[in-house]
Amino acid sequence: MGVRTWLDHWPVYRQLTGTDPLGRGEAAKSERSRSLTARTETADSMARSVCPYCAVGCGQRIFVKDGKVVQIEGDPDSPISKGRLCPKGSASKSLVTSDRRQQKVLYRRPYGTRWEELDLDTAMSMIADRVLAARDETWEDADEDGRPLNRTLGISSLGGATLDNEENYLIKKLFTAVGAIQIENQARI
Amino acid sequence: MAGPNSFYGPLDPAPDAGYVDAPPRMGFFTDTSVCIGCKACEVACKEWNLVPDDGFNLLGTSYDNTGGLTANSWRHVAFIEQPAAGSGHGTDTPGAFAGMPTGPSASAHTAVVAAGTSQDTGTDPGVPAAPDALAAAATITAPGTQFLGMPGADLPGRTMDAPRSDFRWLMMSNVCKHCTHAGCLDVCPTGALFRTEFGTVVVQEDICNGCGYCIPACPYGVIDQRKDDGRAWKCTLCYDRIGDGLTPACAKACPTESIQYGELDELRSRAAHRLEKLHEQGVAEARLYGHDPNDGVGGDGAFFLLLDEPEVYGLPPDPVVTTRDLPDMWKRAGVAALAMAATIVVSFAGRRR
Amino acid sequence: MAEAHPVGFQYVVEAKNRGAKVIHIDPRFTRTSALAHSYVPVRAGADIAFLGGVINYILGNEKDFREYVLSYTNASMLVNEDFKDTEELDGLFSGYDPELNTYDQSSWQYLGQQDEGQEEGEAHADRETASGLEQESHGPPVPADVPRDPTLQDPRCVYQVLKRHYARYTPEVVERVCGVPQDKFLEVCEAWTANSGRERTTALVYSVGWTQHSVGVQYIRAGAIIQLLLGNMGRPGGGVMALRGHASIQGSTDIPTLFNLLPGYLPMPHHSQHETYRQWIDAIRHPEQQGFWANAESYAVNLLKAYYGENATKDNDFGYGWLPRLTGDHGTYQQVLDMIDGKIKGYFLLGQNPAVGSAHGRAQRLGMANLDWLVVRDLFMIESATFWKDGPEVATGEIVPEECKTEVFFLPAASHAEKEGTFTQTQRMLQWREKAVEPPGDCRSELWFFYHLGRIMRERRAGSIDKRDQGLLNLAWDYPLHGERGDEPSAEAVLKEINGYEIATGRPLSAFTEMKPDGSTAGGCWIYTGVYKDGVNQAARRKPRTEQDWVAREWGWAWPADRRTLYNRASADPEGRPWSERKKYVWWDEDAGEWTGYDVPDFEKTKPPSYRPPEGATGVEAISGDDPFIMQGDGKGWLYAPSGLIDGPMPTHYEPAESMIRNPLYGQQANPTRKVYERSDNLTNPSPPERHSEVYPYVFSTSRLTEHHTAGGMSRQLAYLSELQPEMFVEVSPELAAERGLEHLGWAHIVTARAAIEARVLVTDRLTPLRIEDRTVHQIWMPYHWGGEGLVTGDSANDLIGITLDPNVLIQESKVGTCDIRPGRRPTGPELLAYVQGYRDRAGLTPGHRTPILTTEVDEPEDS
Repeated sequence: MGVRTWLDHWPVYRQLTGTDPLGRGEAAKSERSRSLTARTETADSMARSVCPYCAVGCGQRIFVKDGKVVQIEGDPDSPISKGRLCPKGSASKSLVTSDRRQQKVLYRRPYGTRWEELDLDTAMSMIADRVLAARDETWEDADEDGRPLNRTLGISSLGGATLDNEENYLIKKLFTAVGAIQIENQARI
Repeated sequence: MAGPNSFYGPLDPAPDAGYVDAPPRMGFFTDTSVCIGCKACEVACKEWNLVPDDGFNLLGTSYDNTGGLTANSWRHVAFIEQPAAGSGHGTDTPGAFAGMPTGPSASAHTAVVAAGTSQDTGTDPGVPAAPDALAAAATITAPGTQFLGMPGADLPGRTMDAPRSDFRWLMMSNVCKHCTHAGCLDVCPTGALFRTEFGTVVVQEDICNGCGYCIPACPYGVIDQRKDDGRAWKCTLCYDRIGDGLTPACAKACPTESIQYGELDELRSRAAHRLEKLHEQGVAEARLYGHDPNDGVGGDGAFFLLLDEPEVYGLPPDPVVTTRDLPDMWKRAGVAALAMAATIVVSFAGRRR
Repeated sequence: MAEAHPVGFQYVVEAKNRGAKVIHIDPRFTRTSALAHSYVPVRAGADIAFLGGVINYILGNEKDFREYVLSYTNASMLVNEDFKDTEELDGLFSGYDPELNTYDQSSWQYLGQQDEGQEEGEAHADRETASGLEQESHGPPVPADVPRDPTLQDPRCVYQVLKRHYARYTPEVVERVCGVPQDKFLEVCEAWTANSGRERTTALVYSVGWTQHSVGVQYIRAGAIIQLLLGNMGRPGGGVMALRGHASIQGSTDIPTLFNLLPGYLPMPHHSQHETYRQWIDAIRHPEQQGFWANAESYAVNLLKAYYGENATKDNDFGYGWLPRLTGDHGTYQQVLDMIDGKIKGYFLLGQNPAVGSAHGRAQRLGMANLDWLVVRDLFMIESATFWKDGPEVATGEIVPEECKTEVFFLPAASHAEKEGTFTQTQRMLQWREKAVEPPGDCRSELWFFYHLGRIMRERRAGSIDKRDQGLLNLAWDYPLHGERGDEPSAEAVLKEINGYEIATGRPLSAFTEMKPDGSTAGGCWIYTGVYKDGVNQAARRKPRTEQDWVAREWGWAWPADRRTLYNRASADPEGRPWSERKKYVWWDEDAGEWTGYDVPDFEKTKPPSYRPPEGATGVEAISGDDPFIMQGDGKGWLYAPSGLIDGPMPTHYEPAESMIRNPLYGQQANPTRKVYERSDNLTNPSPPERHSEVYPYVFSTSRLTEHHTAGGMSRQLAYLSELQPEMFVEVSPELAAERGLEHLGWAHIVTARAAIEARVLVTDRLTPLRIEDRTVHQIWMPYHWGGEGLVTGDSANDLIGITLDPNVLIQESKVGTCDIRPGRRPTGPELLAYVQGYRDRAGLTPGHRTPILTTEVDEPEDS
């Protein structure tokens, strides 16, 4: 930084030489203030999304910088929400980026008193084994009159109202294929 | 040297602060008649400006658990439960509880209990408990209005002994007023507080040294310090956003357009129109607050449409910039200060060389 | 609405600013009331008395939109002579069987159709399988040809039957039952009727707390009857709008994760009713019926083709034999009780937290503690994953960690920003979300989880010849993978399968009318066909609102067929002309020979208003040119439901399952067909005519706060929301506070036969006592967001609630109950159990106690 530039940036110099003799405006502006810009403007990408809370379906814009979500705000193009969000929708960035979010698979063994960490692949394998075992143990081929049942009442599932249609589709498809019928979600509650 | 207008009376503050070809002055118009108290403004502000939470305390002031504007809450939604006279909202419909087996209101009592609840916000002065809640209790049945510095103590309409038949629930999103004559800015010795080209008042976090002079200088009790870093913080009117032509986070989120952002001149005419319309609809109690360039702070950059007297919302009825008399003082101090500054320039320049 | 759907409420504010009158009816004064012109306090659980009063006002003053009613509803149809009303039978309709607590519905039918009604055994099976829910888009069976009296004078016509049924629901009765002063009630009636007709429409908006009653479906029916009488259905600014509370809860009903449904409201097969493929198909399409359900075979075959791919052939009934069968009630509450009884091995929780969010939290947690294994998939640690560690039953000693066998897997989930896919929101609109970032750590989407779970299980059973494995092995489970890890199934490929395609070419179908019953097309959810029309993801359309008209048809995609307003044929008069210029929406263009307008017409595009079906026509051909309700068996909007509802053809006021008021209208106290689970771990507080209702003397209701979301998993974990509502509280009126000695910000505890919970007290003028009959009734209110995990914790209001269900849809009554409230904190540890037991003892809830269901002939006891 040359002396002249350095001086130009020094508030008192600017105050004495500029249009702001009281040093309350232009002259007082710091280097940081001078270079401030909205982080939505400098984001690498913006995804067009929808609020995950209630069912109104407010449009969201999710701004990403260096692989991280840096801002979530209303999508002004949406005819539903016109860019607005309620307090929950406005807290979506916290929801996604919170350090309280669980990021590891946890396991509580039978009669255990604490959580243990578990490898994701191992967990998947264990769960698949348990579903198949529960199904084998409780399988019903036919009712007392010989009519087909093809099912298990040994497995239950609850959830789906916060999930995507594509996800619910696969959930129902898979559970139906394994004969599990006790599949429910918030719509029953 | 600044003219007499610089510290009092109507003024366009950005040109006054040295901005040549300043853009139009920007501000907020908060229309409390459509506020639903959702607090989206509080959250959107915090998400954008990375403001810390202000603690998890149930305050009992209706649905307000923020307590007030602090260094950690730059928007604050006040809730006022009010057993009102008349039928409210300008209609001829029966009151909310007309015909119900009701007794006297509890609002005054609950307000006093709430006034005894402090909010540990991690800031100073933060939201202290009312200094003497019992004294406030003594005023419940006294007629008249007395400003206690926060919503929910002795307020108009809260003195009903008769069975309550009508009721209002007022909500207002409060914010820094971005005064035309900003006491905080005028007393700031470090230049941390400055006037932007949009006429708003912003604390520069890279300059503020936590001296705290600004705090008593605010006629609204807005500016506040964080205890952990000592610096003063308040609404910047999203200086980073508006510089890029974006709407401040709170106004962008507001579901009902209670918070409107725009050119102040336009907002003032919009507000006048809205007021007129409400009066036509029979909402006689509607009034503007902070819109008048001739008031004690030269008009606010963030002004309001209220449905009751300002004190009801915890707003001072007649704020006056604390630095109104500053020019006289400066005339005496100025020469010495400038001389000192010049000396510093010379010594710094010499050292760099 | 302002409380739970603030952004939707902007339109109410906008309407208000443009001169609309806003009326809010609610047990408590809320943020919605604050913005309303008029607030009407009402007793929780008395809604049908109120709405019935409105119906009586409309009919008594002839305020109905007569031309609409005559042409578009079943008002003129004649009802069977054997039908007897609740007014004759003290609160029961004809056909009640006290053994099964259900109805033989034959006498409810239209004249000459007595044999069409359901047998009582069938009605019983329908209650067990929540068949009412199937009819969300699926008209129950009625024939098209019914005797009518267009003069509406015949005493047996629906109009007159309705008029007699509601004649007693006068403003005086509304005041006595609901606690609403007559002048306020009449203000609502006048506003509603004055704002309906040719020139104006009124919208009825409810939040789904309305469904959470033992007569929930009939609440909504009552609203629908009013909207039909006033001509507000199928028209802009009208309708009955459910404001649902979860991002894709509509989607999870359309593409159901529900026990009794398959995608597109096709019923899950029932072991006896649907033993064969043909029985199943005919049960859906009802061969003699008119309307679009006549094509149900196409919808069903396309689903099976989507499920089983090339393995579904005409020869094997497209794999129908692999589908599992229902035998009765397999709903979530039955499941929980079965868990307690040790019948269920494993449980998946997918973004759902029943330990806090479902009724009877204690039963939920005890059930989970008796599983072999539990898989919890969520963003944050939730109470349903930690019941074994520090749940309320650990404190009381009912669950001992060292003795609790349940193996728990917690798998972190991907957030909405970390996956792509569609939500279907409350307005039936699908909106596609783009993926913003990769999920962190072990977080994965449900799409990933279920795809790979299926893949692993199929690998485990590869080559199996066991019959039970054939459905799994024959499944079409081949989805393209992508993403940074290369293992994420393509949501777009799944959406394309849901949409449907021509098998030979892969061409996406444009409309469900292209679906074939011969196996040449496949599609996973017929009502979603068109969402991938022309190979374009229509749900991802985002043309800015400023660049299109107010209907905004180029934003997202709404089922069915991208129609934004259902049954919009009704927005035109029988001749196809708009009812008024002001309310024009869809109309017949004579010159072009087609229906046109702002929306996609919900009618065959070129069928003229003058079209009349030929003799003997069925299905789509049988829909007349002036029948707007094209999914109904008779094309009409139903003022009277001759079948399809388990608890009666017309809504009737019953007291909630828990009430301290004897039903002022009938000897029958509560819904005589409600679903009860009479068990010692699911006790119901006594109501009249039983004794001891005074032990639980107050009404309570629960709902949401703006600042939190359901069971709190997505809000109590976030500082910015937690700080706004940091603590569990209970709202009481000043009058109740005085009666019970409750202090503002002090502690109180609330007691029911299930539990006692504690909360901080907010004494507020927003609650008022009501005068019901000759007594003062106090109502208290609580939010239900709290539990033991998160930044802010507290007792859960759902612990107070027992399990009693609506018979049509098996949804619990959780919006009203009785309780006691006392100052101070509740006891802790084992003392808490003794404390709750003390109340039960005083209430006479001793072993062997049974709540009487039929109460028309009960001797009234003296006041105790």
